[in-house]
Amino acid sequence: MALDGFPPSEARAASAIPAASGVPIPPTPCTIDRAGLGSLITRLREGGYRTLGPTVADGAIVLGEIDSIADLPQGWHDTQGPGTYRLTSGEDGELFGWAVGPQSAKRELWPPRSVVWRAAGGGGDPAPIGASEGPKAPIALVGVRPCEVAAIGILDGVLGRSPVPDPDFVAARRDLFVCTVECGRPSASCFCESMGSGPSAESGFDLALTEIRDADGERFLVRAGSERGAAVLAGIRTLPAEERDLKAREAVVAGARAGLVRRVDTASLPHLLERNLENPRWSEVAARCLSCGNCTQVCPTCFCVSIEDVTDVTTGIERHRRWASCFEVGHSYLHGGAVRPSTRARYRQWLTHKLGTWFEQFGTSGCVGCGRCLTWCPVGIDLTEEVAALRASDVGNPVPAGERGV
Amino acid sequence: MTAPAPGFRPSVAVFKFASCDGCQLSLLDCEDELLSLAGAVSIAHFAEMSRATIEGPYDLTFVEGSITTSADAERLQLVRATSTTLVSIGACATAGGIQALRNFADIGDYVAAVYARPEYIKTLATATPIADHVKVDFELRGCPIDRHQLLEVITAALAGRRPVIPTHSVCAECKLRGTTCLLVGRGVPCLGPVTQAGCGALCPAIGRGCYGCFGPAEATNTGALADRLLEVGMDPADLSRWFRTFNAGAPAFAKESLRHDPQRQR
Repeated sequence: MALDGFPPSEARAASAIPAASGVPIPPTPCTIDRAGLGSLITRLREGGYRTLGPTVADGAIVLGEIDSIADLPQGWHDTQGPGTYRLTSGEDGELFGWAVGPQSAKRELWPPRSVVWRAAGGGGDPAPIGASEGPKAPIALVGVRPCEVAAIGILDGVLGRSPVPDPDFVAARRDLFVCTVECGRPSASCFCESMGSGPSAESGFDLALTEIRDADGERFLVRAGSERGAAVLAGIRTLPAEERDLKAREAVVAGARAGLVRRVDTASLPHLLERNLENPRWSEVAARCLSCGNCTQVCPTCFCVSIEDVTDVTTGIERHRRWASCFEVGHSYLHGGAVRPSTRARYRQWLTHKLGTWFEQFGTSGCVGCGRCLTWCPVGIDLTEEVAALRASDVGNPVPAGERGV
Repeated sequence: MTAPAPGFRPSVAVFKFASCDGCQLSLLDCEDELLSLAGAVSIAHFAEMSRATIEGPYDLTFVEGSITTSADAERLQLVRATSTTLVSIGACATAGGIQALRNFADIGDYVAAVYARPEYIKTLATATPIADHVKVDFELRGCPIDRHQLLEVITAALAGRRPVIPTHSVCAECKLRGTTCLLVGRGVPCLGPVTQAGCGALCPAIGRGCYGCFGPAEATNTGALADRLLEVGMDPADLSRWFRTFNAGAPAFAKESLRHDPQRQR
C-alpha cells in the first residue's frame, strides 16, 4: 500500500536512531539469527523508541512493551474462527507463530481516549487553551503483520492526508518505526489475500522480517523498506541472504497463502453493495447482531471518535476524544433523532462504508482482511459470509435514494 | 439547557425509597471532590450526611430506590413537586432493583412465607422504577451508581450542559481499557454486549463476565446473546437467573429472563 507522500519525507528522515558513523550498513536482503533479533530490539530501544510488540496477556496476543526476545510469545499459537479465539502453547519455539491478536496499531496511533485540549475557566479573561498531549516517545512496532501495515496506510489516508490532518496522529505516525513480520500461520478468520494486504509484506515498512525454520535452522530474512530501516541494522551481525533463504521465504509465504480459508469476492463490491441496500439479508444479520460495537473497536481502520466536553467541580474544562462506533445509536444523532435508529441500518452502514463508500471517500477499501471483526464478534457474524450472501441474493436494481428504509 | 448565572449555587436534595442507600453514599465517596463540591452546591436535604435540612424547592434532586408501597408512591409526588430537576439514581430507581423479583411472583405468597403476621404488611404487588410514577429528567444506572457519573451529572448542572453519560454497551469500555474479550477469548459468560456502559468494565478487567449491573444498553439484542451463551455451555436455568438480578425489572432483561424461566416452560 503506497504512502503517497505521507508521512512527509523530511519527517521520515528524522530518525530517532543516530546515523551510524563508521559502522557499515549491511545490504539487504540479509539474514539474522535469534541473537540478531534481540540486538535489533535493543537498538530500537536505545534509539529512544518505545518498542511495542506481541506479548501474551490474559489469554491473547496483545501489544506490549518488549525489552528483549524473552518478551515475545515463543511457542504460542492462536486458533480463531467466528466468535472464538484461543491461544495454545507449543514446544516448537516459533516467535511469530500466530496470526493477529485483538489489538491493532490503531491503539497507539489513534488512542482509545485522549485529551484534545484543556483550559482553566472562570473569571472574566479568556481561558488559556493548552496544546494536545500527543505521544510521549516515538513508537517502534515490532512483529506487526502485513495486514496491519496496510491498515496503518489506510489510517494515513484518513487522518494524515485529510484536508485537516489530525496533529496527534501525524505526530505519532511521523516517528513510527514499523518492523513487520510476514505471516506463516494465518488463522481461519484471515482473508488478507482477497484484500491485497498479505500474507507477504510488500511496502509501508521500515523493516520486513520473515521467520524461517527449516533444515538449515532458525533465521530471519530481513528486508529494508526505508533508509532508517537499513540504518538500524548497522552494527547487528547479519549474513548476506542466499538463494536458499529467499526460497525459504517464498515457502513461508506460499504456506500462509495456502492456509487462508476465507475469501471475499471483491469484484465491483461497491456497486454490489450500492444496489443491495434493501436486500433482506440486512434484516437477517440484524436479528443476530448485538449492536455492541466490538467489530468497530477491534477493526484496525475504524477511526470514528466522539468528542466530549468535561467540566470539573470548580472551573476546569477538558475536551476529550474517545473511540466511538457507528453501532452507537447516538453516533448518527442529528436534530430530532438518530438517522440510523435500527441495528439493520447500523450494520448496513458499517459494512457498506468499510467495503464500498470508503473507496469514494478515501480511494481505497477500508478493509484489510485481518479477520478481527469476525473473530471478536461475540455472536460470530462473519463479514465474508455476509458479502457472499449479498452476492448470492443480489437484487440487481438500485433503490432510489429517497426510498431507502432505515 | 441554558447556562446558569455566574455564582449559581444550586440546592441539592437526596431522597430515598426502597433501596439500600449504597447509591446515595456514592456522593460521600467523592472524597477528593467533596470539599469543592460542598462549596459549589448547597446540600439542602441529605439524611445520610446531616440531620439538618433546608426546605424545598430544590434545584437538583437525586432519588434513590423503587416504589413498593402506596405511601411511597404518594411521597414521591411531593418530592417531584418540590424539585426543579429530578435525577433517579441506581438500579432500584431506574429498573425496580433486586426487589423487582416480586414482579415475577405472587407477593401474597412471599409475605405469607416470610412474616409471622402477614396482615401487618401493607405493600404493593410490584417494585417499580421512579419513572413509572413521575417525570424523571435524567437517569443514572448501576448497582451501585458510578461516582464519576454522579459527579458528571452535578458538574454538568453547574455548567448548564448536558451530562456525558454513554448509553452504549460495556464492550466499548473493555476496549477502551484494553481488556481482551472474555466471551470470545475464553468462553466466559458475559452480559457486557447487552449492558449499558458506565462502570468502566470493572468485572471483565478482573476476569469475571459482566453481571449487568447497569441494565440494558440502548440497543440490545438479548435473545441473540442468550443463544450464544447457551452455545458456550450455560445452563438454561442459570441463563434466566443471569438476566434476573439487579435489573430484573428492566423490560429487555425481564423479557429475556422469562424466555428461559424453567417455571414458565413447565
